[in-house]
Amino acid sequence: MVQPLNLLKETPSQTAGPYVHIGLTANYAEIKGIYPEDIGAVMLTDKTKGERIKITGRVIDGAGTPLRDPVIEIWQADANGLYNSPEEKRGKADENFLGFGRCACDLETGVYSFETIKPGAVPFIDGRMMAPHITFWVVARGINLGLHTRMYFGDEEEANASDPMLSRIEQQVRMPTLIAERKGDTYHFDIHLQGDKETIFFDI
Amino acid sequence: MSDFENKPGVPENGAFFPRDLEMHPPAFYPDYKTSVLRSPKHARLSLNNTISEMTGPVFGHNMLGELDNDLIHNFAEAGQSAIGERIIVYGKVLDERGVGVPGALLEVWQANAGGRYRHKKEGYIAPLDPNFGGCGRVITDEQGNYRFRTVKPGPYPWPNRVNDWRPSHIHFSIFGHAFAQRLITQMYFEGDPLIWTCPIVATIPDKRDIERLVAPLDMANTIPMDARAYKFDIVLRGRRSTYFENRREGN
Ligand SMILES: [Fe+2]
Repeated sequence: MVQPLNLLKETPSQTAGPYVHIGLTANYAEIKGIYPEDIGAVMLTDKTKGERIKITGRVIDGAGTPLRDPVIEIWQADANGLYNSPEEKRGKADENFLGFGRCACDLETGVYSFETIKPGAVPFIDGRMMAPHITFWVVARGINLGLHTRMYFGDEEEANASDPMLSRIEQQVRMPTLIAERKGDTYHFDIHLQGDKETIFFDI
Repeated sequence: MSDFENKPGVPENGAFFPRDLEMHPPAFYPDYKTSVLRSPKHARLSLNNTISEMTGPVFGHNMLGELDNDLIHNFAEAGQSAIGERIIVYGKVLDERGVGVPGALLEVWQANAGGRYRHKKEGYIAPLDPNFGGCGRVITDEQGNYRFRTVKPGPYPWPNRVNDWRPSHIHFSIFGHAFAQRLITQMYFEGDPLIWTCPIVATIPDKRDIERLVAPLDMANTIPMDARAYKFDIVLRGRRSTYFENRREGN
């Protein structure tokens, strides 16, 4: 025998289920008067620095049907590439931007959308810069462990080409699943759970 | 945004321990039918944490309303309260090293005492309780402790196989300090026979891990003549300390 390491195990995940809106977007679920607002519903104020953009898309299942019940969360840096988090040690982020968004997909159409700013670049582990990106986290009925992915920006071709994460993807043919196309001020980012266009999800 | 800071001098910049994907439920679990078309077929791409995952939003206690952690009253008319068995759910949020996680936001949601959710897509015949909304939230204290008050949710039938019933459960969403720790799970109640017939529970491969989601009745913390207590501790991913690590530039 040896001494025990005494590490605990992470609590197991369980699906968010069909009624996730009650817990995460109560006002959207028409449960009024408990919280003044749903957290992450509005990401910007007039004072937030940075280029205003919209991100929109759907989450699509293996039969090609958009899901109508997911909740999507995003997490991103500010316009200068700083995270508004106690864990950010490189400087102070824009105090008018938390960088956290949460949106329930439309209960009829399945469309989600975020109004946010384009984030600045942040460094990879070795100090090289990563291309600007936004972390996505998707939960829904039938998803047993939240799905973690990243959205990169289609108009950042040069930065994307040298991104240390994107270049580590062995199946480069799947890499475009992480890149959102820009039309005007709007980026389109569909998340495919299965099929030819299955999005790359991360264990990170 | 936060009203606590890490203790000075404690290096907390290390990467998080990898997630044990063998312990968590697999994406594809045919007895839980909805998972069939919603389960990615490719393996998740494993990568080291970057700053994008080692940071995360932290929410301050000042965002909380007085009744946020009291589901018995937060939706009730003045002078009224939700119907059902009054319970207190309490516990501690820890990381895998056993260190309490302060400032963790817990959002909870549940059915009412009859097993009915207040939701548009809900079709169960059990009635709504006009004094019960079904959601609450709480932020852990300096040691990682939390508590809230509610009524015990009822079991409910759901469309999967012809006669599937969910055991009584409370849904939990947890934010630690980093997006890598983000977790949603469910708490079950000691002694509920439906735990062992539920295909959603059974998505977790190992019985010992399922048991970690079952809250014991705690008579010691029960308030006599008022509310029984159930204890539910939650473990989030832990991280390496960085005492002996070369700090690379920009990290
Ligand atoms: Fe539920």
